[in-house]
Amino acid sequence: MAKKLPSADVVLVGFGWTASILAQELTNQGLSVLALERGAFRDTVPDFGVDHIQDEYRYAVRDDFVEEPERETLTFRNSANETALPMRHIGSFRPAVGAGGAGVHWNGQNWRFLPSDFRMRSHTLERYGKSFMPDDMTIQDWPVTYEELEPHYDKFEYLCGISGKAGNVGGKIMEGGNPFEGARRREYPLPPLKRSYATVLFDQAAKELGLKPFPCPAANTSKPYKNFYGVQMGECTFCGYCEWFGCGNYSKASPQSTIFPVLLKKGNFELRAHCDVTRVQLDSAHKQATGVLYVDAMGREFEQPAELVILSAFTTHNVHLMLLSGIGKPYDPVRGEGVIGRNYAYQITSSVDVFTNELLNPFMGAGALGQAVDEFNGDNFDHGPHKFVGGGYIALWTTGGRPILQHKLPEDAPTWGAGWKKSMKENYLKNCSIATHGSVMSYRNAWLDLDPTYRDEYGDPLLRMTFDFHDNEHRMSKFLTDQAAAIAKAMKPRSMHVKQRKGHYAIVPYQTTHNTGGAIMGADPRTSALNRYLQSWDVPNVFVMGACAFPQNAGYNPTGTVGALTYWAVDAIVKQYLKQPGPLVHA
Amino acid sequence: MRELVCLLLACWAVDGWGQALHSAIERGRYLAAAGDCAACHTADGGKPYAGGRPVPTPFGTIYSTNITPDKQTGIGNWNEDQFYKAMHEGIRADGKHLYPAFPYPWYSKLSRGDVDAIKAFLEAVPPARQENKESELPWPLSVREVMSGWNAMFFKKGEYEPDPKQSAEWNRGAYLVEGPGHCGACHTPKNGAGAVKTRENLQGGYGENWYATSLTSDVRDGLGDWSLDDIVKYLKSGSNAKAAATGPMAEVVENSTQHLSEADLRAIGVYLKSVAGPAEAKAPASDQQRLARGAALYHDQCAGCHMEDGSGQAQVFPPLKANAVVQAKEPGTMLHMILDGARIASTATNPSALAMPAFGWKLSDEEAADLATYLRAAWGNKAAPVSASDVKKTRERMAKAAQTK
Repeated sequence: MAKKLPSADVVLVGFGWTASILAQELTNQGLSVLALERGAFRDTVPDFGVDHIQDEYRYAVRDDFVEEPERETLTFRNSANETALPMRHIGSFRPAVGAGGAGVHWNGQNWRFLPSDFRMRSHTLERYGKSFMPDDMTIQDWPVTYEELEPHYDKFEYLCGISGKAGNVGGKIMEGGNPFEGARRREYPLPPLKRSYATVLFDQAAKELGLKPFPCPAANTSKPYKNFYGVQMGECTFCGYCEWFGCGNYSKASPQSTIFPVLLKKGNFELRAHCDVTRVQLDSAHKQATGVLYVDAMGREFEQPAELVILSAFTTHNVHLMLLSGIGKPYDPVRGEGVIGRNYAYQITSSVDVFTNELLNPFMGAGALGQAVDEFNGDNFDHGPHKFVGGGYIALWTTGGRPILQHKLPEDAPTWGAGWKKSMKENYLKNCSIATHGSVMSYRNAWLDLDPTYRDEYGDPLLRMTFDFHDNEHRMSKFLTDQAAAIAKAMKPRSMHVKQRKGHYAIVPYQTTHNTGGAIMGADPRTSALNRYLQSWDVPNVFVMGACAFPQNAGYNPTGTVGALTYWAVDAIVKQYLKQPGPLVHA
Repeated sequence: MRELVCLLLACWAVDGWGQALHSAIERGRYLAAAGDCAACHTADGGKPYAGGRPVPTPFGTIYSTNITPDKQTGIGNWNEDQFYKAMHEGIRADGKHLYPAFPYPWYSKLSRGDVDAIKAFLEAVPPARQENKESELPWPLSVREVMSGWNAMFFKKGEYEPDPKQSAEWNRGAYLVEGPGHCGACHTPKNGAGAVKTRENLQGGYGENWYATSLTSDVRDGLGDWSLDDIVKYLKSGSNAKAAATGPMAEVVENSTQHLSEADLRAIGVYLKSVAGPAEAKAPASDQQRLARGAALYHDQCAGCHMEDGSGQAQVFPPLKANAVVQAKEPGTMLHMILDGARIASTATNPSALAMPAFGWKLSDEEAADLATYLRAAWGNKAAPVSASDVKKTRERMAKAAQTK
């Protein structure tokens, strides 16, 4: 029997980026906010201290910051006619665990989506006509425009101290920035990071091809920075240990380095670590949440009442919790009805490894130190002749030269023994890689639901993922990879290795943790789980944060848009919901 | 009509008295902050001013006392005269001597009005029922009468007397530093009996196992190249471009100086800038091999934040070049930070509490000594080399302090 605890105004499920922003903003309104985090509390010092953090084996190989599949996992299959099996090792994507969430171990590649990305369906129909889209493609317009999100993109960028160069300020195209981006109100808070030599070579090659390269927007500080909450960050030292590591220098934006110092001091905020939420509890009519159930590290079950419940866990966990709790109608791909689990999407990536004669010193890197071109993203080019929807950016990142996982060898190099060693010696300091970062559309037969067979440690059904890459994505990714290879060739390399992604989606090799959809936002409750303010259509005192709200995935990393959506939603909660709790949109 | 007048008079009387009390409480609260009473009288996680915090001294641990207005366990039964006697002479309401871990040698300089205001404030603090803990001092120090001899030798009672030759601002600063602020309790060296060496006022001393640097005008290890603005900024926010408050000084900034007015902080600066330092002692040269090993360690472990040239990052990571803690007469604080890490004060204007991790687990005594020696000789820094036994001693002191907590 769960012990019933005193009520809180707001309960946050999970304590990563979105929960930290919500907690900071909602406690400012005088509300009592409680965050329930399944992992441990972590802070820059001692947990990410520079005395020990550069331990590749512990963090990148042994996944110290990543969820353990023996505690929480999902089952996977490529299509409905297969039987899904549990993912027993972390592979294709890596959900985080612990305070700060994936905001601790991300690279800091912080993008905005294009204005046309938010009108994906209408824009495609208007420009290319209905026959251009495959029948089973279920892409939708977002219920919010780029212009509406712009102030909130700006706020997240100024929270993080993003280093970059604007390409479009108030409609004016700026030299050196991304000329394709939507209009922004002002420059980035910090100038771009210092270049690596590999990005200089990429820049020259891209320009030779008539492209317009620009520095990638980075949540790695190019200078010391104090954000609007008064939290101070240091300057990035290019140690090359961003992805899978916490930053010990206070220079990669994370909840720890941008929000915690002010939030954790507040008397009306409480964090309970090692508390795993298993249900959102609803009233008998299933119209109102009364709180959540959670289990602590001692295995005790508690009932935590709350006025407002906000799901701010990872994409798949938010969807799982909605399905288990009975919030909204589960998606049925056969009838094409229901919304929870609908429009699950991902990211399709590829790369071209480049081996040079020049020393590139890849170990001097930062997670978002890169140069990119955006000519082939979104609808920045005419898709007519190519017969696919979507696109992606092409970038050369110098994220680091870690000894175990970050070395590349030419295609013909021996894979072991003295030959391998010789090749490693010749190539370690003379390689770089161009990455493509492609969008993935949503389809009728890509979704999330509850597994009929496998259960978790609480006896609840695991989440089941049914997903594969479609021809549209393969054609798009091939096109992007060809462009990347052309740039690589223009870099006049000693040799290059094109790594195009082919065949079925596999959940084993790591790709990205850019899982989207499953509880998407929309204008119509028949085709979306959430309204434009990320509020559940069915249970109005439940809001759901994160990339699970994306109707389909764009050709950019999701964090910038997740941050912007969070500020957009909390603005609506403060200005509208708290004054008059109830549905903010009437369908 | 007569009733109305009576009522109005009564209201005026109550209100008038209430306002006077309120302003006394406000004044007392400010002075209690200036005196940093909470630093000792509030235990970690304890009720405000209920005491019980261990105060390590070279002679043994003393526990701070309950100064809430609780009548059984606090000072709720003390009258103003008794409170003044404690502050002014170091004698409790029951006539027994207090130990000078309670800084009455400084509080003696407070005016009667200020002491009464502090008492008014402490009367208004929520009473907490919490018994005092006996101090852990060996005989004969455990006999409080011994302190009358100590007082006769080392203590001169008396309120602060302004120096007519100096400005009002200087005098205000001197009052705050030498009175409530009791800066010298840490920043002045002490003799074998634990009394400050008055002739070496503010030239640096030990407090709670940390070496509190010189506050004199010495350029190398004092405040010689600090401007008034630097001093104000440091005391208000916890850091400036030259240094950051860590260890016990972080607590001083958090609990005390950040709450003082800018005018008072400036006055403190004016006074401190007038305190002359001793003649510079010549630092003995360091062994070249040791310096080379230290430099290698520095580039490996420290340069990421403190930068190749020791210049640090303004307002983020303090510079080690021209740093007073690095060049202090005693390397204790620097070693403490290398071994155990440090956290910058978290204040209203600068809440981040940026921290440095501990390196004690990965550096041997010899290595820490090499590194410290290098820091004290690099980039124009000048201070005596550090030996492995200095590091060992610091580790021992830290271990002992950890036991008292």
